Amino acid sequence: MLEIRDLVVKYKTSKGSVSAVDRISLEIDKGTIFGLVGESGSGKTTLGLSILRILSPNASIESGDILVSGTNITRLKEREMRNWRGKKIAMVFQGAMSSLNPLMTVEEQVAEPLIIHENMERSLAKRKARDNLANVGLGENILKRYPHELSGGMKQRVVIAMAIIGHPELLIADEPTTALDVVTQHRIMKLFKALRDEYGITIIMISHDLPIVAEVANSMAIMYGGKISEVGNAREVVTKSKHPYTQGLIKSIPNPKSSEVIRGIPGEPVSLVNPSPGCRFYDRCSFRRDICKTYDYNPAVLDGQHKVYCNLYEAGKQ
Amino acid sequence: MSLSNLSYILRRTVSAVLTIFAIIILNFILFRLLPGDPITLLYRSPALTQHQINLLTEEFGLNQPLWIQFVIFFKNSLMGNFGISFFYKQPVTSIIIPAIKNSLILLIPANLMAILLGMFTGAISAWHRGKKIDSTILGTSLALYAMPTFWLGSMLIVVALHVGNIPVEGMYSIGVLNQSAIIRFWDLLGHLALPLITLTLVLYGEFTIVMRNSLLDVLSEDFILTAKAKGATDSRILWRHAFPNGLLPLVSLIAISFGLVIGGVIFTEIVFSWPGIGFVTYTAIFMRDYPVLQGAFFLITITVVLANYFADFVYSYIDPRIRYR
Amino acid sequence: MNPLMNYLGQLRKSKIGLVGWGIILTFVFIAIFAPLISPYNPNAISGAYYQHPSMLHLFGTNQEGQDLFSQNMYGTRIPLIVGTTAALVAVVLGLLVGLFSGYFGGVPDEILMRITDFFLVVPAIVLMIVISALIGGTLTNVILIIGGLSWPMTARVVRSMVLSIKEWPFVEVAKSSNGSSLYIMFKHILPNVMPVVFANAALSVANAIFTQAALVFIGVGDVTDLSWGNIMHFAYINGTITTGIWWYMIPPGIFIVLLTVGFIFLSTSFETIFNPRTRRI
Repeated sequence: MLEIRDLVVKYKTSKGSVSAVDRISLEIDKGTIFGLVGESGSGKTTLGLSILRILSPNASIESGDILVSGTNITRLKEREMRNWRGKKIAMVFQGAMSSLNPLMTVEEQVAEPLIIHENMERSLAKRKARDNLANVGLGENILKRYPHELSGGMKQRVVIAMAIIGHPELLIADEPTTALDVVTQHRIMKLFKALRDEYGITIIMISHDLPIVAEVANSMAIMYGGKISEVGNAREVVTKSKHPYTQGLIKSIPNPKSSEVIRGIPGEPVSLVNPSPGCRFYDRCSFRRDICKTYDYNPAVLDGQHKVYCNLYEAGKQ
Repeated sequence: MSLSNLSYILRRTVSAVLTIFAIIILNFILFRLLPGDPITLLYRSPALTQHQINLLTEEFGLNQPLWIQFVIFFKNSLMGNFGISFFYKQPVTSIIIPAIKNSLILLIPANLMAILLGMFTGAISAWHRGKKIDSTILGTSLALYAMPTFWLGSMLIVVALHVGNIPVEGMYSIGVLNQSAIIRFWDLLGHLALPLITLTLVLYGEFTIVMRNSLLDVLSEDFILTAKAKGATDSRILWRHAFPNGLLPLVSLIAISFGLVIGGVIFTEIVFSWPGIGFVTYTAIFMRDYPVLQGAFFLITITVVLANYFADFVYSYIDPRIRYR
Repeated sequence: MNPLMNYLGQLRKSKIGLVGWGIILTFVFIAIFAPLISPYNPNAISGAYYQHPSMLHLFGTNQEGQDLFSQNMYGTRIPLIVGTTAALVAVVLGLLVGLFSGYFGGVPDEILMRITDFFLVVPAIVLMIVISALIGGTLTNVILIIGGLSWPMTARVVRSMVLSIKEWPFVEVAKSSNGSSLYIMFKHILPNVMPVVFANAALSVANAIFTQAALVFIGVGDVTDLSWGNIMHFAYINGTITTGIWWYMIPPGIFIVLLTVGFIFLSTSFETIFNPRTRRI
């Protein structure tokens, strides 16, 4: 459904050019939830924004292809791309608090994709907005409200309703549950599962929170320093993690049942300004060897979909 | 109307009333306690007969203790009684009220035009940030902002006289007041042109800069990215999403910029001898016509306070977040 | 790091800042060396009256036959003096009000902010005109009037900064170790508001230069000392604009625009260097 090949996205900064996404390839099946996990600065949000081609002006797709249902969207003209946004591909942004227009009512904002794409009549679009909001569990009483009058969880639902009203094939959700309380988090996650199961929407869930993603994702990729370090079936990545970084991430998950001291991964996230060649995780890796300095990111394929980008595992091995 | 809404209105009203009281006190202090106060002048003014002086002394309690003078002054201020002009020998209000009207004829259209122009060019400038059109608009605005009103007006007069038959002085041509209403109206429009352009340009600079800055802030907000992700066109993003949000700081600027506007009006009127409140103030200073100066000061400040007060309501109406504060 | 050193270090990267300083220093240079630059004594009659600009009189002559170029050169002094001193008065007042109001809060804050709001609402220019007309606009009076009525903006900005700075951990630490209020205010808080104060000070200078010219122009300021406003005043009251003597008023106006823009650029450079998020122009 979605295929990314050798994607490179660069930011121009005052300190030079930065590859936030560095030769990434991915495949995502239709009707699945794909988790994209990494700490901030790993390039996961950049990857999400490049699928919609709404990167900030100082960033651009340098090379590579993004194929959505067989169409290479990197080749589309901006005018054609606009027709995809909010219709075939939609996005739920990090921080629903600020991603709603403070001066427009909920119904106006939810109905807007229909008005833009279907040229639908205002009243009809608003009626659809009402139905959509009901689908995400919001009542009619919020239609005329402004964003500042809603709770965090309500805003998140509004944002989701707004994203799915155009019946997208692909939904990109960037940190959809950050800043929400645990109960609301679970409700929102259930909503995403329902969107997948009932409407067959393909969902990319971007998050720094591995356990939350593991709860709903069919498959997932772990990102570090603009590269993928491990990708595969969600259960396998979590239970049979191979990459030292993934293992570190899993170890640093707090376990409510044990009093064991949590061990974070020592060291600072890698800087992407002039990164040294070889493995990005080299400085923080406890298994590093000299050859890792020249690692070429040729993945080791374990069983089936499970791939790990690490020298500890022999490349090409089945 | 909610309770918090009501309390907001109440708070703003109390604050406006207190400000007006403070202005009356300030006005009293300025004109009684400073050296060169009008009272001693009143007695020395050759323009007034002894009989008039006696009447005024009685009316303003000038032979009474200071605090009684203040009470009288306070009452007179509220009732709009500022005494008799030394120069015109008429009640101050009969001079000031028509002047205010003339000022508004100039001020309202100029302010509206400046706001509209500033709004749109500021928005275009922000949208094309860093491009040539942005630097052109920004440079023009900055130069106009830094330009003394009276200088710009004078330069326009020089140009107008060079071009030809454009009125540069007063509100009407001599003799035109006996003509029909239509002729008077056209005459007025002709006389209004240059002062109007001057005042509009002077105000335009600041409005543009503020609109541009505020829109730059808005354009970096997340909901703009949301709009883009919905597939909105550039013009929809700019005018439907960014623009209304960018207007908020502009509206609050409009509310607090009446001071700026007043400054512009005064100097425009002086240069073009436009018989408004600024010109009246100017001549009052020269004629040492203190009652007129005092009345003009009072009316100008009160107008500004009231304008501010109403602008606050407009602002709270436009921004739904304020209504519930 | 010392904010001023930081500023100077970054200045060469700020085109706006360099242009601003360039303009300002040029005028300071003109002001200091006016006697050397001016071909004539600005008060002496050096030719026929109302001479067109020529090589003899670059900016022409005025109604007395005085050389306008020399007058404009000497006229640079007063705007710079009034601009900087009035701005100093305004900034010091605004800084003190803002510091005390923000730091102590409560009733003193309420009272000070009411007063500040009052002076923000009442149009300053009108008040300045009236007071100058009443007490006479000597040089000192004009400085005090402009400075004494231009502080509210600085006070507001400083106050809002102090409100957030006083929550910072190091201030809490200083408080708990029994530092006196004055000590904390001037030793810990003041250095952190200085960047904003610099930006405000530069804007205040621009405003003061502008206001001084306006007061002199309408004749309530100091019309005896040479200044750009003074030149424009005489151009106006002698009716030169409507009688074809177009050259009289042009130079001082352009100089005021240039110097004002110079200080606005300076202010912008302070803002952008100390707070890069606001990089705008």
